[in-house]
Amino acid sequence: MLEIQNISKVFNPGTVNEKVALDGLSLTVNDGDFITVVGSNGAGKSTLFNAISGVFLADSGRILLDGKNITFEPDYVRSKYIGRMFQDPLKGTAPHMTIMENLALAYLRAEKNTNPFSRITKKERELFREKLKMLDMGLEDRMNTPVGTLSGGQRQALTLLMATLVPPKILLLDEHTAALDPQAAEKIMDLTKQITQENNTTCLMVTHNLKQAVSIGNRTLMMANGHIVVDITGEDRKDLTIQDLMRMFKEQAGKEFDNDRILLSE
Amino acid sequence: MLHIAQTALSLGCIYSLVALALFLSYRVLDIADLTTDGCFVLGMAVSVSTAAAGYPLMGLVLAVLAGACAGFVTAFLQTRLGVPSIIAGIITNTGLYTINLMAMGWSSNVSLIKQETIFTRFRALGIGGSWYAIILTALIALVCMVIMRQFLRTRLGLSIRATGDNKDMVSASSINPKFMITVGLTFANCFTALSGAIAGQLQKSADINAGTGIVVIGLATLIIGETVLNGRRSIGRNILACLVGNIIYRFIYAVVLQTRIIPIEGLKLMTAVIVAAAIAAPSIRESIAVRGRARRELKQDA
Repeated sequence: MLEIQNISKVFNPGTVNEKVALDGLSLTVNDGDFITVVGSNGAGKSTLFNAISGVFLADSGRILLDGKNITFEPDYVRSKYIGRMFQDPLKGTAPHMTIMENLALAYLRAEKNTNPFSRITKKERELFREKLKMLDMGLEDRMNTPVGTLSGGQRQALTLLMATLVPPKILLLDEHTAALDPQAAEKIMDLTKQITQENNTTCLMVTHNLKQAVSIGNRTLMMANGHIVVDITGEDRKDLTIQDLMRMFKEQAGKEFDNDRILLSE
Repeated sequence: MLHIAQTALSLGCIYSLVALALFLSYRVLDIADLTTDGCFVLGMAVSVSTAAAGYPLMGLVLAVLAGACAGFVTAFLQTRLGVPSIIAGIITNTGLYTINLMAMGWSSNVSLIKQETIFTRFRALGIGGSWYAIILTALIALVCMVIMRQFLRTRLGLSIRATGDNKDMVSASSINPKFMITVGLTFANCFTALSGAIAGQLQKSADINAGTGIVVIGLATLIIGETVLNGRRSIGRNILACLVGNIIYRFIYAVVLQTRIIPIEGLKLMTAVIVAAAIAAPSIRESIAVRGRARRELKQDA
């Protein structure tokens, strides 16, 4: 269970560019939840993900994972149990290293590989081959190819495999299909569903695709101005349509507009 | 003539270790490590001073350890204290000047007159006749190349390569990039110091200014080797390029020294120009291509 308690983050405090990205946000994510997160640009979605994965320390508030306070753990420590994927397929893999070497790096998250002077074993190679087969892209026969020569879709599929090779407690997907062509995006989305279902992975996914937002997973969050403004789950979620979500989106936008007007009139 | 070729070969083998160090720091980790000049002299000073006391082999071991410390200081400054990487190298380099003087007993040079070196000991074994120096240096260079190749295949080596290749991905794979930079720079400077250590025992002296320009020469030889071998395709080739580039460079050096085509004092300038040109080549090529296209297409429009 992931508990986010009252976290805030302000960028460039005290300057003209001051931006409150997270404003006392609290959220509890239950094990096995697959949560879709929507919201306009600047709502704080990516900032929330960065706070969870430890890219920066929140200005205030606490983050607990299975009851353990991880607020002050740096990102590379948290990445042992928090997997993440970005929109940019170039971010998740090392381009000048081979497919096998990239997978070996991802496999370092498994506790047992502690000897830093050991090499990739035959058994691991077989495991990687099996996993690559699952992607159904023929990558299992190209294990010694540098990743930089793969297409965006292939690289993103590999990144997904790497993020889940050692199943994480939480998987954070930040618009991970947005930079791909429709076919590749669908493929990656199918793989995401398949892999998270197999491992019953707890997952948060940012998306701008409202159809995905209502159809995938079991819970939907809407963010605005560093808050969670809508949180739909259970029975309500089953009846949720794209139109409902659009309406809520507009309502939120309207509220912001009202706020602006109030500010201006004062 | 034979003697010149022999000298060029053995110097090529010795200095290839500097190129190997720069391969790790500059190519793999993508960090310009300016500790190199001072670290080379550090290795030389420690090795020659220890040999002067009668322990030539121990001199190499201590030189490597001293080099590791120098690399660690540079890495610590940049990963833990937020000093920009180039400044960190310059700071260590400057500090090393004093350390190096100290290692030579507060004198600006130390000579070995009658004392044994690894070379005199190896010659005493009677292997290779007049080629003994080349055989010994080539052996050391080969062992170092194999160590580097095998090291980069380990999990630790893979992590270091990934740190230079994609930092975002590394911290998302539970690897601490700061630790990897520290290990990489420490390891690289071991090779630089070893190079200085062997060079010192070969020429039977250490000089406080022996390291001037070593980093640029190292880069030049790395680039020459890569160009000749088309070397950036694989790690193995790139490592071999360090040796090949150095042997070529040392032959050019020997030819210049003999024929005086250009004054020997001009060699550093020539080296600097080679390095600048080689590093600048991609952007020069790009800008020429863009201008050519612009001229052609604008002419068509007119």
